[in-house]
Order: sequence, then structure tokens, then C-alpha cells
Amino acid sequence: MTRAGKHTLFRILLIGPALLAITVFMIVPLLLMAYISFRGRDYSGGVLWDQFSAEAYVRLFFERELDGSLALNLNYMFIILRSVWLSFVTMVISLAVGLPVAMFMATRDAKWKAVLVFMVTLPFWTNLLVRNYAWILLLRDHGTINSTLIWLGIISEPLPLLHNSFAVAVGLTYSFLPFMVLPIYASLEKIDLRLVEASFDLYANRWQTMRRVILPLAYPGIVAGCVLVFVPALGSYITPELLGGGKTLMIGNLIGFQFGAARNWPFGAALGLFLLALVLTSLWLYARRYRGELEGGR
Amino acid sequence: MTKTNRVGPHTAGMLMASAISLGAMTGGALADGELNLYNWSNYFSPELLERYEKETGTRVTVDNYASEEDLLAKLQAGGGGYDVIFPGTTTLGVMVEKGMLAKIDVNQMENFKNLLPAFTTIAGDEDRTYSAPYMWGTTGFTYDPAMVPGGKLEDSWKAIFEPADELKGNIAMLNEMSDVWNAAAYYTGVSKCTEDPAEAQKILDVLMAQKPHVKLYSNDGTIDRMIAGEVAVHMQWNGAAHRVKAEKPNAVYVYPAEGTTFWTDVIAVPKDAPNLEEAKAFVNWMMSPEVAAAASNYTGYSNAVAGSGEFLKDDLKADPAVNTPAEYNDRLRAFENCSPASKDLREKVWTKLKS
Repeated sequence: MTRAGKHTLFRILLIGPALLAITVFMIVPLLLMAYISFRGRDYSGGVLWDQFSAEAYVRLFFERELDGSLALNLNYMFIILRSVWLSFVTMVISLAVGLPVAMFMATRDAKWKAVLVFMVTLPFWTNLLVRNYAWILLLRDHGTINSTLIWLGIISEPLPLLHNSFAVAVGLTYSFLPFMVLPIYASLEKIDLRLVEASFDLYANRWQTMRRVILPLAYPGIVAGCVLVFVPALGSYITPELLGGGKTLMIGNLIGFQFGAARNWPFGAALGLFLLALVLTSLWLYARRYRGELEGGR
Repeated sequence: MTKTNRVGPHTAGMLMASAISLGAMTGGALADGELNLYNWSNYFSPELLERYEKETGTRVTVDNYASEEDLLAKLQAGGGGYDVIFPGTTTLGVMVEKGMLAKIDVNQMENFKNLLPAFTTIAGDEDRTYSAPYMWGTTGFTYDPAMVPGGKLEDSWKAIFEPADELKGNIAMLNEMSDVWNAAAYYTGVSKCTEDPAEAQKILDVLMAQKPHVKLYSNDGTIDRMIAGEVAVHMQWNGAAHRVKAEKPNAVYVYPAEGTTFWTDVIAVPKDAPNLEEAKAFVNWMMSPEVAAAASNYTGYSNAVAGSGEFLKDDLKADPAVNTPAEYNDRLRAFENCSPASKDLREKVWTKLKS
């Protein structure tokens, strides 16, 4: 065997486990999902494996009238739009809160930094379900927040904090905030503080320094943080179910419903793929725009 | 339908039961007769099993499942070697249709005469060839008299679908498509298996008009929510209502006059049951009043055997939520296996309600 051949074999062996994991845990399930989405629906749950049907995809946008003709049905699109909107709001709030926190952390002593990073990751020690239940205890009518406000005499009737979109946004922001803080912190921490000093030396004020020096340098972290918050928020299931009071579905709940009570697996699979396509498209658009900006700046 | 409520946090008990059954199975090969039950966890009285073993000399083992999907999957895979299973109505229908059950002619059994008339037939097994009733329950609503105007609500879905001003925002619904759909269908006077989009629209109208006044849709924590007084009225399963009353004795469980859904879990025998004769004897035994009462005393749900009332525990006997008064019998509506077209409509209404 030639030297180059040996080298290639060695490389394949090294990459092998990773490739195997990706194939088994990602590609095969995805293909299975795609396959199921094109099969017939078994009304008692499951899939008619021997029957081809594109009905699941038709269902995304249309409903069948009694005579078999198609009529536009935007119900599912509304649910998806609401999910996108709520995830976007979550992302914006997380950014507004996460950026100052990350800046504060990045400008502390090394000793404090370690403690602060530890504190940001602390919530992950508890199960997400338990943390959502904790928010129920805080937000409900006789919960901590309302009782305190009533006790202080600020309000006389409990505020409707729970079982609405507000509660969902609070819960999602809380759940995903660390995913915003940590990447921004990571990119801020690497900033050479002499650049900031130079900016001040050149008569930039605080705002200009922030906008022209710090934010551009933190941009990769901000982008990563936004993606890490937006994408899982879009697929969230527990938070809208518990804090939203079951009044409105997000796409995650809609998918769960198809595999549960509705017993429409092909449609559930199609919805899952649609969500995936949505995320990939928006990431691709984002990446294109981001790259364009970098090149334009040169 | 109500399974999550019934099973609850009993994983530890389930593991223990499984361990015990494993031990029993290996030893059981030596006994005269054997019987392997496959059931929800904490859904069968251990004392009753002991009694059966003593009376008949048959050795009984129990294994547990966590969802009816598990039960179905295990039997479809041909595994298990179980003699007696306890599926709900939906699963029963699937099993009969797919030929998974043994023909045990329950209607010819000696104790069949003990059944309440309403339970001598069931959707999917109309003449009771395959199954006997085990436990059943209803879906109505519970209210706290201290929190409703005048201290009383009428026995009607109207109280919950068109609430008085004081109750607006003070109502909780179950987050269960079939139960909510059924209730709205009874209220509008439409068949719950309707295939007519115009009738489905009527149901949707009622639900949409009600939605702004609903505080939340949820199957979890219905008991705590009533006890804490977070809502005045809660659409609820009767077993949960019984447990609300333990803390709030004044709470009232309503059987709405337009119709109250009742669900049934049945006792059936898989097609390849290794001990068919023992299984048949067991099914017959379960239909005797005293045995059925002992089963109810353990589960907290009603059974379908006439004359079992006098053997019930006092708190169950005294609670109309569990021991349904005879005058409400004509309000009870059985499960119906609706056509795919009807299921599609139901699903459409539910999605529109939540979109």
C-alpha cells in the first residue's frame, strides 16, 4: 500500500465514528421521516406503508371540500407564523437582556468570570419541565408575583400573567437566555481592550465606540446567540403547553397532536420537515446577508 | 382517554410489580393453572388477585404497560404470552378489527346477566363476543358552589359554554379533543359522529364563543386547580372530581342533561392466550358483584355490575360522582367509533379552535 493510501485509510478510520453517528442518528431518521410523510394515513395510528400519498403536503395549505375540491386553508400557516413571531420576540428580548449581561461578565476579573459563567449555566441543572412549573407558581393568580403586588397595595385584583402569549414569551426567554449570553460572552471576551482605548483616543464617544468597535467585533457571537435561541424556541413544546394554557398551539404542539390524538403520522412528519425547511432557509438567507455585509465592508 | 390521570406517578409501583411478576412467572410453571394479566399499573387490586389465587388455585401474574400504544405494539409483535388484557374502547375497536382477540363469548357466560343494561353492548364489540366491561367513568364538570352566582349551576353544558358574567375567565376545560368535541356536540344537539361540515361549524361556533372566557385548557392538575380555587368551574373526569371532594366536600360534579360521555375499559383475551380456559373463568369471575366492587374500591372508578353498590367503600358509595345515581342513566352517552370523515372534521375544528 502506498503512503498516500495509508494516509487516506487512516483518515477514514478517524472520521468513521463521526460519520457513523451522523448517519445513524440524523440522516436515517430524516429519511424515514421524509418517507413516512409520503405514505398513507392509518386512522388507528401509524402508517399505511404500501400506499403512496402526497396528501400530507396538500394539507399544509388546503383542505378538501366534500366534493373533493381543494380550498385554501391557512390555519396551519397561522400556527406556524405565530411560532415564528413568538420565537422572534423571544430572540429580541434575549438579545436585549443577554448583551448587557455578557458585556458585564466579559469585563470582570478572571476569577469572577468563572463564577458568573457557572451561574449562567446553573439553571441547566434542573429539568426544563420543573423550571416551567416554577414559572406557573410565580405567575398564577395566587402566585408569588400577584400576591406580592397585592400585599404592597399596588394592585387589588390579580394581573392575568399566566395562560397567555405573554407567559409563553417569558418562559421561552427564560429557558433560552443562556444560549444568547454564552456565545456573546465568548466573542466579547476575545476583544482586545486596547481597541476600545484607541477608539476613545480618537474622540469617539461611548455610543460610537459601542456601535463602531464593540458590536462589530461581537457580531459573530450575536449571530450565533440569535440562531441558538430562535431555532429551539421555534420547536418548543413544553412551554406553550404549560404556560400558554393550551389556548394556542405552536408548531411543536401541532406536530405532537398529529402523532397523538389526531393519529395522522404522515402529516406530522410533513410538518416536521416543513419546520426543518423553514429553519434551514432562514439560516441560509441570514448567512448570505451576513457574508454580503462582510464583503461590502472590505 | 383518561389514562394519564389514572396512572400518574406510580412508576416505582410499576417496577416493583414487574419484578414480582418476573419472579412469579419462573415459579409459576409448576402450578396447576396459570394466568398472566397485562394491565395499567395500579389499576388492579392486589388483594383481589390473592383471593382469586386462593379460590381457584390458579397462579396469577401481572405485568404493566404505560400506554395503550404499548399494549397494542406488544400484542402486534406477537410477544408477551398474556391471557387477559384491559384495553380502552378505542383500542378494543382496533383489536377486534385486526383480529387480535380470542372469541370468548362473554354473552354466554354465567355472570353476564349481572351487567348493567348499558354495558351489554359496546362500540366495536356490539354483542360482547370478545370483551366484558372493567371500569368506566364519565366526563362532566365540577364547580365550587361558593364561587358561582346563587351557589348553584344548572345541570347543563350551558353553564360552561355560555357562562354567567361572574364565571367568565373562571372556567377551565379539559385539553382533550374528543371530550371537548363531544360536549359541544351534545350541547348543540349535533351527532358527535357528524360528517356534515355545517354541523361541525356549529360546534366550532360554540367553542370559539366560549374560548375568550376559558382560563385554560389542561388535563394536568385539574384536582389541585379546583382545590386552590383558581377556577370556579372545571370540565373534569369523575374520578378526579371524587378526589376534589376529599378536600372540598361542597364541590358538585354535574352530569349535564344534554349528554355526558362515558368511557369504558374492558377485559379481553388476546387471540394466542396460552391459558384460554383460565382466562374465560377469570372474566366470568370479574362480573360478580362483590368482586367488581372490590376492584372499584381499589381503583376509585365505577364498575358495570349491578348489585355491586352495597359492597363499595362508604366514601365511594356516598359520592354521586362515582356511584352514578340511577336517574342520570339516560344522560350517559357511550363511545362511538366515528368514520374517518367525521374524525377529520373533529380535528379541523380543534385546530381552528387553537390557531
